[in-house]
Amino acid sequence: MTRKILVVTAGLSQPSSTRLLADQLAAAVDAAVSGRGESVELTVLELRELAVELATTLTTGGLPTPAIAAVREQVAAADGVIAVTPVFTASYSGLFKMFFDVLDPDALTGTPVLIAATAGTPRHSLVLDHALRPLFSYLHAVVAPTGVFAATEDFGSGELADRIHRAATEFASLVVAAPNAVSGFLDGALRQRRSGNSLPEPPPFAQLLAGHTG
Amino acid sequence: MQFGIFSIGDVTPDPTTGRAPSEAERIQSMVAIALKAEEVGLDVFATGEHHNPPFVPSSPTTMLGYIAARTERLQLSTATTLITTNDPVKIAEDFAMLQHLAGGRVDLMMGRGNTGPVYPWFGKDIRDGIPLAVENYHLLRRLWREDRVDWEGRFRTPLQGYTSTPAPLDGTPPFVWHGSIRSPEIAEQAAYYGDGFFHNNIFWNKEHTAQMVDLYRRRFEHYGHGAAEQAIVGLGGQVFMAETEAEAKRFFRPYFDNAPVYGHGPSLEEFTELTPLTVGTPEQVIERTLGFADTVGDYQRQLFLMDHAGLPQEVVLEQIEMLGREVVPVLRKEFELRRPAGVPSDPPTHATLVAAGPDSPYHLVEPAREHILVDAEEA
Repeated sequence: MTRKILVVTAGLSQPSSTRLLADQLAAAVDAAVSGRGESVELTVLELRELAVELATTLTTGGLPTPAIAAVREQVAAADGVIAVTPVFTASYSGLFKMFFDVLDPDALTGTPVLIAATAGTPRHSLVLDHALRPLFSYLHAVVAPTGVFAATEDFGSGELADRIHRAATEFASLVVAAPNAVSGFLDGALRQRRSGNSLPEPPPFAQLLAGHTG
Repeated sequence: MQFGIFSIGDVTPDPTTGRAPSEAERIQSMVAIALKAEEVGLDVFATGEHHNPPFVPSSPTTMLGYIAARTERLQLSTATTLITTNDPVKIAEDFAMLQHLAGGRVDLMMGRGNTGPVYPWFGKDIRDGIPLAVENYHLLRRLWREDRVDWEGRFRTPLQGYTSTPAPLDGTPPFVWHGSIRSPEIAEQAAYYGDGFFHNNIFWNKEHTAQMVDLYRRRFEHYGHGAAEQAIVGLGGQVFMAETEAEAKRFFRPYFDNAPVYGHGPSLEEFTELTPLTVGTPEQVIERTLGFADTVGDYQRQLFLMDHAGLPQEVVLEQIEMLGREVVPVLRKEFELRRPAGVPSDPPTHATLVAAGPDSPYHLVEPAREHILVDAEEA
């Protein structure tokens, strides 16, 4: 079975250390999922390329441009998301947040997410647990226990490779296990994931009217 | 088919001069727009309802009553009447009174209102928006269709033996539209009662508009009011016209760039691509508007937003003149040419509803109820 993994990277410069970390995580996840006998289809979303589209969507009351509608479908169809942001002013970047702001609140419900961040100084390392993890908790995603934070100096250390390996292994387990978890909740307790591009079918009117006929 | 103007009634400075009209000027300009609409052969004028600046129309039936006295033919409507924060008892009274004064030239469109703080000002909560729309509208239907109403609901004080006065003109309530941009529950509500559904598509892409209207049409048929293609659909539109496309864009661009809602965001060209906005020649407006029927099916009412973003009154009146004299006559002809047999050209009017007689399903509070019972038995 092929697992669709979406890599969301919010780096702005080229080449970008955020993209570098994203690529290393993606490769490690590929290896970890393949090691469990499954294949991986990786798609990388460079948010920089969507910056203007995101701004347009936010300034038109949420009307998605065709490019935003397309990525919303990709997110809702992903079996797992690797989300990597640079740290700007003590948090994830504005661009990173704009992307998650245009998703349907149920786009990532129950979906494994691997969180990662880059920064110029190790003093930002708690950004993963103070900013990224709450964001994905709000979206009802399943965040892998290990996140990966890389300050500039970490790119020279073997410890970073170890953390990448550990995070990828945990994330891969969640991704591979996901269908079983879903089938265990088919009684309707688990909310349906939605892209936000298509309308949900409303309840029949008799149900909406119940208790309101005076 | 009916064509008309809908106005939000915003007081917005003209971005080219910095001058904002006074409230008095804006109210008079809305009246002038309605009178111009009748003069140039349009069918409908619909006013918004707002209870916060920068908007002036807080009292729609007062304004529509005045316009009724100064027009002969124009259908008077709303876009929208707040079914959430208004007392349905007062809506029943106000619009029945307007019907009598206007000789039946009245319909209205229910809307919820999307400004959070307005709800608590009227003792309500925006999170109850859908239940408020459902309960209040059901009470409104009963007030217009039952002589004496006993009522105990969740949102207003109970009624015992209450009779709404005056009764609707000729015992026939005004036709009701339900407007919603994004809530499928409201399309479902319109379908349940066999009312009209208006999609204000001006800020949305056609894929979304098509989904909302399709849902309404399917459910209209499901509830036994007729075939899906016979459901009563209205759409919005937003245009600015000149002799050439270049001139239209040159004049309109500063208004677009600074407009409320989408100003300082996408370019005029991008927004034209994404939404029904058309800035160009009357021929371009005709072509684009005819295309709406490809998106939602043949429909019955087309309303245009003309007076917004601080456009000066004389410009708005010129635009309505072009719309009425050059665009709408062609649209009327072309829309009828493509309309399949059996699809109504017009929404119901007071005359057609009276002609249908007191025993028509229109006079039932829940005309779909029998269909639901049959469905339940079959299941």
